[in-house]
Amino acid sequence: MQALYAQLLVGLINGSFYALLSLGLAVIFGMLNIINFAHGALYMMGAFCAYFLLNVAGIGYWPALIVAPIVVGIFGMILERTMLKWLSGLDHLYGLLLTFGLALIIQGVFQNYFGSSGLPYAIPDELKGGMNLGFMFLPIYRGWVVIFSLIVCLLTWYLIERTRLGANLRAATENPTLVRAFGINVPRMITLTYGLGVGLAALAGVLSAPINQVRPLMGADLIIVVFAVVVIGGMGSIMGSIITGFALGVIEGLTKYFYPEASNTVVFVLMVLVLLIKPSGLTGRAA
Amino acid sequence: MTAMTDDSVPVTPRAIHDEMIAFGIMTALLLVVPFTSLYPFFVMQALCFALLACAFNLLIGYGGLLSFGHAMFLGTAGYVTAHALKVWGLTPELGILAGTLGAAGLGVITGLVAIRRQGIYFAMITLALSQLLYFIYLQTPFTHGEDGIQGIPQGYLFGVFNLAKPTVLYYVIVAGFLCGFLIIFRTINSPFGEVLKAIRENEPRAISLGYKTDQYKLLAYILSGTLAGFAGALKVFVAQNASLTDVHWSMSGEIVLMTLVGGLGTVFGPVVGAFVIIAMQQYLAGFGQWVTVIQGVIFVVCVLTFRRGVIGEIAHYFRRSL
Repeated sequence: MQALYAQLLVGLINGSFYALLSLGLAVIFGMLNIINFAHGALYMMGAFCAYFLLNVAGIGYWPALIVAPIVVGIFGMILERTMLKWLSGLDHLYGLLLTFGLALIIQGVFQNYFGSSGLPYAIPDELKGGMNLGFMFLPIYRGWVVIFSLIVCLLTWYLIERTRLGANLRAATENPTLVRAFGINVPRMITLTYGLGVGLAALAGVLSAPINQVRPLMGADLIIVVFAVVVIGGMGSIMGSIITGFALGVIEGLTKYFYPEASNTVVFVLMVLVLLIKPSGLTGRAA
Repeated sequence: MTAMTDDSVPVTPRAIHDEMIAFGIMTALLLVVPFTSLYPFFVMQALCFALLACAFNLLIGYGGLLSFGHAMFLGTAGYVTAHALKVWGLTPELGILAGTLGAAGLGVITGLVAIRRQGIYFAMITLALSQLLYFIYLQTPFTHGEDGIQGIPQGYLFGVFNLAKPTVLYYVIVAGFLCGFLIIFRTINSPFGEVLKAIRENEPRAISLGYKTDQYKLLAYILSGTLAGFAGALKVFVAQNASLTDVHWSMSGEIVLMTLVGGLGTVFGPVVGAFVIIAMQQYLAGFGQWVTVIQGVIFVVCVLTFRRGVIGEIAHYFRRSL
């Protein structure tokens, strides 16, 4: 049973990353009509940013949790302003191709300087060690990642679904021209939305640095799984992305325990099943 | 698909005429390669990728469907052909047939799943399906995992042509490429191709005209996958191995890049794009990971400034269909 709980925890952690990343993808897609292929590369940049902050500037984990998403988010906003902006009005596929190119560039540059092996990032002192819950041993850092990700996801949901800013954002997703007529600066909102989505990815990167090590290709395979998560959940609902992300992480964890050979394919197989049964995705509208 | 409609030229006798001339020039160039100082291995490799990119282009350029998992057909056909030649000891023609049929079967299965969503989801689904297949091939014993299938015997095609001889192999590959290219060319200019273009331009309207668009898209997908598989089967004789790199997502990305550079929705663009990208990889092989960075830069530059691609720009400038 110990092993089962341990795999469930790993599943929840992976689920946190799926949720944070698919949430960002959904928000970006809503505003920019672009599937951000560079999401995995930006997640990796978040982890590297934390690594540099620690090893170059001596800035630790807690400030990095705030600084890294902001730095990478600003980098994302520069990308949006200089490149993605020019794609509005064109077919979706050009956004995918452009961001795929950006992902190749970012990952290639990091691979050139850091190779393919992982760089260690220590768990902060406050979160070291573990707790004995009676039925299992819980490493505190892992518990923290799950709870903190959940809080961030719910805050993002609140921001978009329950605040005035979010209402403007949702309105601009539906009809940008009309929202502009009300005096709201939609282009600036698009840039900030991209920054927000990218910041969430970078945050996931910082969270994963002490668990998965910091590697240039850490986001390359992850983004494909997240795509499958997005296909399963549909991009129509924020809460849907969060729940699907966590649920698929847990299912993947369970598979690791019961049938480890299928652990890296189970999400894709589920995607096939969902497409056969309910093509529009679990929460999404038909697209 | 508004982005790609502004310079599509309707099929007229003159357009076909231009394309025939271009086809004649291409064939003549390919036939004289062995008499030049060009390295035949490079041309053969490029031709396999050219056919692959043409098959991919059939789907995106004419059907408007972006498949981000076309490497799965390349890799699957490669594995089946390699296995058939090495383990079952089949003759080359049967090996190619087995590989192509394998890709066709894969096309039917994945097509039925992928076709259920449109637009950008289609790209994500095909990418995820190819990743699923990648992990399966990583684990099943017959692919030999990271090593791949190596040392594949080339044998005698139809019992006559010795494929171990570079010149013979070269002409066989050229013949295979031209066959595949003509099938695609014929498809594009057939009534079926016209319906595909109509679906790309305005799917609801095609539906309202009574076309079962899903069937057309599925058929285009299977045809594209089968021809991509044919390219993969030919490539086995050139590379003499079948490995996981052929199924990896980065390979799917390269196929997209070749077609984008040459020109999406042009007849000859994918061929030019394949030669450009393969040549670039040869000359920049010493730069290691920078090749990936350069590919990324080409993607970005193409999408931002050069969406018609090399052939697309030429065709647009001369107002011809190529």
